[in-house]
Amino acid sequence: MSKLKLTTEGDTHIVVTRRFDAAPEAVYRAHTDPKLVQKWLLGPEGWTMPVCINEAKPGGKIRYEWTNGKGAGFSLTGEYLELVPFSRIAHVERMHLPDPTPDSHVETRFDADGTGTLMTMRMTLPDTQTRAAMLATGMEHGMEASYVRLEGLL
Amino acid sequence: MHVTHTLDATFSALADPTRRAILARLAQGEATVTQLAAPFKLTQPAISQHLKVLESAGLVIRRVEGAKRPRRIAKGGIDAMDQWLGMLRKAFERNYDRLDEVLASMEQPKKGERQ
Repeated sequence: MSKLKLTTEGDTHIVVTRRFDAAPEAVYRAHTDPKLVQKWLLGPEGWTMPVCINEAKPGGKIRYEWTNGKGAGFSLTGEYLELVPFSRIAHVERMHLPDPTPDSHVETRFDADGTGTLMTMRMTLPDTQTRAAMLATGMEHGMEASYVRLEGLL
Repeated sequence: MHVTHTLDATFSALADPTRRAILARLAQGEATVTQLAAPFKLTQPAISQHLKVLESAGLVIRRVEGAKRPRRIAKGGIDAMDQWLGMLRKAFERNYDRLDEVLASMEQPKKGERQ
């Protein structure tokens, strides 16, 4: 059974909830410490994130670059808006496919849930063109390859 | 990727509870405007308006049968949205499963140690 819940909120937002067996402090750190982000925010097997800049402070920059080691790659850039240590992160981000997509606003909350954490992420639904680019890329390289594009939404 | 261009319209169309109910009814089989109006306690023009939105979103198609125009679900329109959301879901699941492992391997803070 999947622990992840993904719903649309009207036609403007996506809301993702997921429970983790770790305290909010740890889940928050795994989202803001570049050395930890590099380990999980990836894509299909074989993809890595050689560049991971994550300045966890208001106005701080985010820059993720992914590669499949065979010449294919893409990147995501963003800026932090607000951080409340261990409970809330607000940031904007855009994918470079390679043209930049419109900014997506993302709010991530970490709430204690027993001994674990309930994470709730609310983000702007990408526009039609962006979604079409995601799907088109998926069709071209097989569904797997497109997942890495989708990571940009995180 | 013509089909994905209707995704915005699809999401808008589905944001309305009456239109979702109409789709649920059509999922059971074809129906005319008259047949649809009865259970929803709506006027036929109101139903027609909702159907127009659903049709332009690619969710519903009409057939001509004499003077009747029965509507049915357009599976392609729903599939495109499902497919996109499905890809998104799978991407999140993959990463969060990996995050579970990262969290399990992280050092637990020692007693008395400040974060």
